[in-house]
Amino acid sequence: MSGLREYMAQEERITGGHRACTGCLPMVSLKQALMNIKDPVVVGIATGCMEVVSTIYPYTAWNVPLIHNAFENAAATVSGVEAAYNALRRKGKIAKKIKLVAFGGDGGTYDIGLQSLSGAMERGHNMLYICYNNEGYMNTGIQRSSATTMGAWTSTSPDGAVKLGKQQLQKNLTEIMIAHDLPYAAQADIGHWKDYMKKVEKAAAIDGPTFINVLSPCTLGWKFPAEDGMSIAQMAAETCIWPLYEAEHGYRKLTYKPREKKPVREWLKMQGRFRHLFRTEHEPMIEELQRQVDRRWDLLLRLCGETP
Amino acid sequence: MGKRVAMTGNDAAAEAMRQIDPDVVAAYPITPQTELMHKFAEYVADGKVSTEFVLVESEHSAMSATVGASTAGARAMTATSSQGLALMFEILHIASGLRLPIVMPMVNRALSAPLNIHCDHSDSMSCRDTGWLQLYAENTQEVYDNILMAVRIAEHPEVLLPVMICYDGFIISHTMEAVEILDDETAKRFVGEYQPKLQLLDVERPVTVGALYLPDHYFEAKVQQARAHQTAFTVIQEIAQEFTKLCGRSYDYFESYRMEDAERAIIVLGSAAGTAKEVVDRLRSAGERVGLIKLRVFRPFPHHELAKALGRTRAVAVLDRSIAFGSIGGPVYLEVRSALLDQRERVLVLNYVYGLGGRDIFCEDIGSVYEDLRRVIEMGSTETETIYLGVRQEKLEQPVHIEV
Repeated sequence: MSGLREYMAQEERITGGHRACTGCLPMVSLKQALMNIKDPVVVGIATGCMEVVSTIYPYTAWNVPLIHNAFENAAATVSGVEAAYNALRRKGKIAKKIKLVAFGGDGGTYDIGLQSLSGAMERGHNMLYICYNNEGYMNTGIQRSSATTMGAWTSTSPDGAVKLGKQQLQKNLTEIMIAHDLPYAAQADIGHWKDYMKKVEKAAAIDGPTFINVLSPCTLGWKFPAEDGMSIAQMAAETCIWPLYEAEHGYRKLTYKPREKKPVREWLKMQGRFRHLFRTEHEPMIEELQRQVDRRWDLLLRLCGETP
Repeated sequence: MGKRVAMTGNDAAAEAMRQIDPDVVAAYPITPQTELMHKFAEYVADGKVSTEFVLVESEHSAMSATVGASTAGARAMTATSSQGLALMFEILHIASGLRLPIVMPMVNRALSAPLNIHCDHSDSMSCRDTGWLQLYAENTQEVYDNILMAVRIAEHPEVLLPVMICYDGFIISHTMEAVEILDDETAKRFVGEYQPKLQLLDVERPVTVGALYLPDHYFEAKVQQARAHQTAFTVIQEIAQEFTKLCGRSYDYFESYRMEDAERAIIVLGSAAGTAKEVVDRLRSAGERVGLIKLRVFRPFPHHELAKALGRTRAVAVLDRSIAFGSIGGPVYLEVRSALLDQRERVLVLNYVYGLGGRDIFCEDIGSVYEDLRRVIEMGSTETETIYLGVRQEKLEQPVHIEV
């Protein structure tokens, strides 16, 4: 892994001048990932914020080849690119080693693109799939996804008189991907950027299907001041609602263990989307979420061979 | 030169694909396309093709992977039927919008519900506006020939559009017929090496594919696509002429069968044309002036040529193998009627829907259509209501949901 100085000296694979929001961390997740892949890359991207803000014709922010096909099929599309790469390389039409990368938001990965991703991983295509997880459909106006934290306000899970934000827990996608027996799968957050970059480097070095789920706060959807995103991402790991870990063929390892596990409310109170939960009568919802976080953290510790 | 062998439609399609030897084939099983891919899988397993064979988890992914491969600079193919085509629908538009020369055998089968695995054209007709070219085959020979020609049409630098090779499920796909196959060298030379202009994998010259076009650019991109269909019109003929030089078999937008001096004509596409030809022969030998137009190219649609071919008839019956619900007629009827609208002498046009869900069509059915045509000529006018050929009237009275 390079130091900050080396990173800054690199030619940008995604240039500035795109139309992402000030304080957009998903874009940082994409840029930093591409900084940590040594080989030339070809990228596939699902429909979503990152694609929309970076490819407005006749402009593009991409200095590397990019294909956007549709919302739910980034993994299937890159499967085809990889098959073409293998065929053309075998026929001597391509000499260079190329790393194939796919990006999708949580909507395009957890929900509508899950089948496509599962198929591509099962078939063992040589690609690194990175889910930039901002816990919702931000591009279409902040709707809930299966990655949204329980209790969160979204446009389709408002804090109403009888229902208080999203009613369900997050789907545990990282574990679903680990169950594909991948040589490498990991969970990261953009706040712990060194940890994330190590994971990208590790995943990209593997010739095979690899997956990283990187929590990338959205200033608009999570309702926080643009400058707070990195701390919010870090706090997710500190509260263990978003543990940082990796798995090689199912052998899980924590890559970060907070010295002192902070209460989940510390994370919730940094974001406007949870404001309603702090009204006295709704306190039980926070307690319920804490119980669920504790339960999942306990299980993960055991899976990682740590003492709960 | 070529050799004559007995093959099913699916085998002939697989044989064409073996000779084309695409860089990438992505596939998902669906009846009645399955045997095509079984055969092709054997070619892959035996090393008879150098194809990367990607066995995806759905047709949506089959088309998505094919789009990825084609964008990357590979010659890419897939094949499907019915529900599979319906699942691909979203990506069909993307394939044509990105101007990717994908060739796809499409084995026609009815759409659910009710579930049915047998032939009609509701699947491909529901995709008529996806921007794909559509060729239809009457028999196994045409399946083979159309696939080879489709590669050239799709990849023509002035066209760059995907092509569907439609053929009737079971009736063609599973029926053994004599087919003349070109020798490998001739076929390969005809198809040629793919020279892609778009190569995503060229990392020295990065391109962004699938960008967002706002209202200031989208319109032009789509009109360019529409123009490519017009260009394809010419190219289809050029490629057909080149193909004829190889094997003697000639192809056009449609086949005019005994149309000289015909005053009554039927227009049909697919395998039913074979049955109709038999009826035409019988009626001709009885001295009746009847003919047949077998449509091969449905997209782009040959309006002017068809108007010319039918201009001197007095009445025409269009046989559709699908319903355009809520419309005054089936998809082929709508096109033919539009084509004939500008004729100085009015041509009476009748619409028939036949063969849904694999219902057989018999010589007697087609004979009755020519009879109807005689009647409307005598009357000098026609109803515009669709006639359902071969439907059991008594069954139509059954309630939709039976009370229990």
